[in-house]
Amino acid sequence: MIGDFIAFMTSPTMIAYMGVVTVVFVGLQLMAAVMVYAERKVAAFMQQRYGPYPVGPKGLLQPIADVVKLFFKEELRPKAADAFLFSLAPIISVAAAYLAFAPVPFGAPTDFFGWLPEPLPLQVSDVNVAVLVIFAVASMGVYGIVLAGWASNSKYSLLGGLRSSAQMISYELAYGMALATVVMMAGTLSLRGIVDAQQGYWLGFIPKWYVIPQAIGFFVFACAGVAETNRAPFDFPEAEQELVAGYHTEYSSMRFAMFFMAEYINMVTVSAVAANLYLGGWHGPFISPQFGWIWFVIKVAFLLFVYLWLRWTLPRFRYDQLMAFGWKVLLPLATVNLILTAAGVLYFEL
Amino acid sequence: MSFDALFFYAFAAVTVIGSLLVVLQKNPVYSVLSIIAAFFGLAGLYVLLEAPFVAVVQIIIYAGAIMVLFLFVVMLLNVPREDAAEWDRSHPLYRPMAVRIGAVLAVLLALELGWALSRTAGLSAGVADDSPAVSSVAELGKVLFTDYMFAFEVTSILIIAAMVGAVVLARKREH
Amino acid sequence: MSIGHYLVLSGLLFAIGTAGVFLRRNLITLLLSVEIMLNAVNLAFVAFGRQLGEVDGQIITFFVMTVAAAEAAVGLALVIGLFRHRESLNPEAFTSLKW
Repeated sequence: MIGDFIAFMTSPTMIAYMGVVTVVFVGLQLMAAVMVYAERKVAAFMQQRYGPYPVGPKGLLQPIADVVKLFFKEELRPKAADAFLFSLAPIISVAAAYLAFAPVPFGAPTDFFGWLPEPLPLQVSDVNVAVLVIFAVASMGVYGIVLAGWASNSKYSLLGGLRSSAQMISYELAYGMALATVVMMAGTLSLRGIVDAQQGYWLGFIPKWYVIPQAIGFFVFACAGVAETNRAPFDFPEAEQELVAGYHTEYSSMRFAMFFMAEYINMVTVSAVAANLYLGGWHGPFISPQFGWIWFVIKVAFLLFVYLWLRWTLPRFRYDQLMAFGWKVLLPLATVNLILTAAGVLYFEL
Repeated sequence: MSFDALFFYAFAAVTVIGSLLVVLQKNPVYSVLSIIAAFFGLAGLYVLLEAPFVAVVQIIIYAGAIMVLFLFVVMLLNVPREDAAEWDRSHPLYRPMAVRIGAVLAVLLALELGWALSRTAGLSAGVADDSPAVSSVAELGKVLFTDYMFAFEVTSILIIAAMVGAVVLARKREH
Repeated sequence: MSIGHYLVLSGLLFAIGTAGVFLRRNLITLLLSVEIMLNAVNLAFVAFGRQLGEVDGQIITFFVMTVAAAEAAVGLALVIGLFRHRESLNPEAFTSLKW
């Protein structure tokens, strides 16, 4: 049995799979670092200034400088803070952020030019209820924030933590309804199935992406996704001008770095899921399906740019406006979208 | 030991230890976190029983929504650690004789349960032996919307009633 | 794994939940113990459903979860109201109906 196990672990499929997992893991961390740099550069150019440029050519080594700075800061913990929960909260945030990307596929099944006996899906785990797993892990991310707010034992943190988690669970409803609408159109809960349902073209040149029949759904998903990741214009609970820094006020050094990283990785995951659900995933013209991941990366990069664009262009919502928008505008919109899509699927076989 | 058994015992251990910690801990926030761990163990058991949809729904609803509600209430009320010492001294159920009789009864019940279980036929039948599993969500949806349609609609009325009830009950009174 | 394993586990969880309801002096932990009991029942339903090859076990689980959610919401609203009245979460503190 040990011989079988070793043969299984060193088979080409397993090695390729480990490679895929490593690529996803390292890729997410690199994306977090790239986003740190991109955010400051894009913000700078939108505000007609240069942004970071002394560190490395065009400031490209700025993320490394940031990480080194955070690494060498002093690890503080307020004396009255609950030690166990104080350390657990960033761990939950980061774990949920990485876990959420596990069911997301980023390329067509490929056999790496004939090296593997059968095609390997470019995905960490191929579950057939992938959409629900992403939703479940997003619900888990709330705990990191609410525990951080509670464990810090400070007024700003507690208020920020409670507000942030209330915001996240309110927008989860519209998020879930947008997901349900796409699932209805594709007929499957698996993300790979949803992407494959968006192949092909109408009239020969308009791609069959769901963003076209589901424009309202895309708007709902985009708003809910931005609110879920606590980014502007929905970032009241962690804005500096309002609540010092909200739930991560009392955190420093690596624990803060973990929250920081968790936020950027959540952004990448929401963009990746939006690209898969609405923008056709890895399908695109001019590139053979084997290299579909290139299109995927382009789409995710575009959506991340939209994230940055939103942050540095729009003013932020006040907290009660934020909650009113989530409950009174987005939720009815998502429900109406759901009903219309149900009618459309039934009668027009969309 | 096969992988199946290994996973079963691992998830069962997580669930039982989580539940025990809920009952044994003094700090209510830790109790809520322990029950969340127990729910994850249960979700694993559901996956082993080839019900992945129920497993994910368990995480979404129980661990992701209901427990957040519990945590909110615990934090808003600033629930103190349970200090039951002074109440215990006067409580009739905690007198020595009551504890002893209670312990004897508990042991008796456990023995009876063990005896009954050992006499039940069919307890060692494998769960996966007889019939194939139905785990597709489409099948679940079909049965839910045909056989259980009435229960489904009544549940939605129940949720609305609970929502209205919760909002009305938790309102601050304007005196 | 045999059905006996799952049933014993379900019974054990139910017993732990019941012990929690009897022994704990905190209304919130009491509600948590009730949730443990409901989950034990869910496990039994799904295990039996799997053994019989029916999907009904899983469907009843949804209804149990929904009812548990509704009950938790209303129960916690009551707890908040009670706390506002007596500043205590000990069930022993609410004795006004005792003769």
